[in-house]
Amino acid sequence: RSVRWLDRCIAANRRPEQQKLFAIIQGGLDPALRTKCLEEMTRRDVPGFAIGGLSGGEEKDRFWRMVKLSTDRLPWDKPRYLMGVGYATDLVVCVALGCDMFDCVFPTRTARFGSALVPWGSLQLKNKQFAKDFRPIDENCDCPTCQRHNRAYLHALIRSETAALHHLTIHNIAYQLNLMGSIRESILAQRFPEFVREFMSTMYGARERVPPWVVEALATVGITLD
Amino acid sequence: MKVKLCGAGGGRLGTLAGLGRSGAAALALPGCLLYTRTGSAPHLTRDTLQAVGGVPAVAQLSLSALAELHEVLEEYKEGAAKFIGMPDAVLYCSLHDPVTPCPSGYNTNKTVSLWGNSGRMEMTASKFMDIQRAIQPDWFQCISDGDTVSGEGGRKRAKKSVDRSLSFLDVCLQLLEKSPDLQGSVMFGAIEGGDILEERLRSARETAKRPVGGFLLDGFQGCAMAKETKLKLIASVTAELPEDKPRIIHGVGKPDEVLECIERGVDIFESFFPFQVTERGCALVFSYDCHPDPEAAVLKQNGAQDLEKNGAEEDQDEISKADPEMTPFEIFLKDKRYQDDFGPLLEGCTCYCCQRHTRAYVHHLLVTNELLAGVLLMMHNFQHYFSFFSAIRDALRDNKLDQLKKLVFRQVLQGPANVKPDQ
Repeated sequence: RSVRWLDRCIAANRRPEQQKLFAIIQGGLDPALRTKCLEEMTRRDVPGFAIGGLSGGEEKDRFWRMVKLSTDRLPWDKPRYLMGVGYATDLVVCVALGCDMFDCVFPTRTARFGSALVPWGSLQLKNKQFAKDFRPIDENCDCPTCQRHNRAYLHALIRSETAALHHLTIHNIAYQLNLMGSIRESILAQRFPEFVREFMSTMYGARERVPPWVVEALATVGITLD
Repeated sequence: MKVKLCGAGGGRLGTLAGLGRSGAAALALPGCLLYTRTGSAPHLTRDTLQAVGGVPAVAQLSLSALAELHEVLEEYKEGAAKFIGMPDAVLYCSLHDPVTPCPSGYNTNKTVSLWGNSGRMEMTASKFMDIQRAIQPDWFQCISDGDTVSGEGGRKRAKKSVDRSLSFLDVCLQLLEKSPDLQGSVMFGAIEGGDILEERLRSARETAKRPVGGFLLDGFQGCAMAKETKLKLIASVTAELPEDKPRIIHGVGKPDEVLECIERGVDIFESFFPFQVTERGCALVFSYDCHPDPEAAVLKQNGAQDLEKNGAEEDQDEISKADPEMTPFEIFLKDKRYQDDFGPLLEGCTCYCCQRHTRAYVHHLLVTNELLAGVLLMMHNFQHYFSFFSAIRDALRDNKLDQLKKLVFRQVLQGPANVKPDQ
């Protein structure tokens, strides 16, 4: 179905120079089907590829294998857009596995529920523990929210004012952008594996707490956490 | 803090200078305060607030929101302005939030009740001053008994409101003297008395004898009081007050009522009205431009004809969906007629929303329940309202207050779209 629709869309795209049509690789969690889809779609001349069907909360162990299967078979010189990902850890791992672009509702949606993203996880600002916490969400963050407001104020505002949701949304978007910026910098500085180790250490603390799927996935591209 | 009036006819035109910690801030009079909820302009962050034109130098917060944060503020030690992220703002702390009506019947001779997120809080004068010490406001309303709004209490209740408020005032003045933290704060005395002229006069005269920094005309909220009574009382009260101290009124926000109060000696208003308009999915579009550019006037007239046509066709369902509190000064953008209206909220408006977005887009945001609707509407409604006050000051300066009044009052009857500019 997706291959058929791809062909119809390519034919129907009247302005290919202004509107770039990406193919979306499907196939669920079935390696054979995904491989088939990859074979077919890479035969078409498209400016980029999206990797779809992997953002529905699939079990991580199967998820990463499908991502790697896809990136292994996609051309080097065309962008790979992994749709619907995601959490900070998933972003780092999938960059390691060869993805270039991502999109996700998570940072803004979780902001609207009162959750602020930080390098060591997240802060549930509705929680009473923040009532007298006069630090910003993240002391190292340069977003407008962290420059101006403290956790206690956001806690006071969050149950009744939409402005609190906007402050958190801005912070979470800044968090995501900073994360991706750090990833790019580390790649340019030829120290991406080191970055990954630092990231995992900050996020999970002890090596034993890093989820097994993360360790396995990174190992397949030569990144170890020790 | 100093009132400087420049003697224009028809109202008190001037500046309230020397405000804030630095003494450098000023509020143009007649003017309004920035309405905030728990210290935040509704729906807006500092960056979006900065994109609004004409934001007043003084922001209002209510004690009912801050009282729950008493312990937090005490531990914070650096005052509410810094806590809310507005260290340079001049803050006025009123007792109640103008938008949430207070249940009646809870005040006593020694206590006043406030309603916050977690319910009722009973406040004595002493506890009140403790909290003010933690807040460190630039201005604050002295604790007072304003529970006469329902109009049910009669003369006895009105007398009580005056007696209690004066008693609170005297206690607080004493406590103020002993509070080094509040030496830079200005206390406003509340003038009460319900709808009884003698009580209002007594309250005004007695309050004026005390060393307060300004006066608050309280108890005029709501619609229980007859319009003529309200206006007569306001005029009588301000006549008793010294010229060189500012007069704030609570609970008055509609453009026509604002003008009436200004004519009767009131200087400062709240800006909760544009917030209420925003919450009901509406945009302020009333005109305050006495001399529209003739070309624009023709365009407006053509636009008015479209709206008249629409008015004739609309079915009852559409009208009934709009909030019954809706005034003739606004349009209900959730209405289907705006679905493909690609003009700005208000032709000629220079606000962030009108410069970039259309009625159709805001309509869409409202229909899909997007938070952005509130952000854009709040920006437009605040800017329009602040511009209105600017127009009032211009009219006073140019001796054209009557013309402005006529223009605004015509719209009370006909709505903004149906007004022909040079009648």
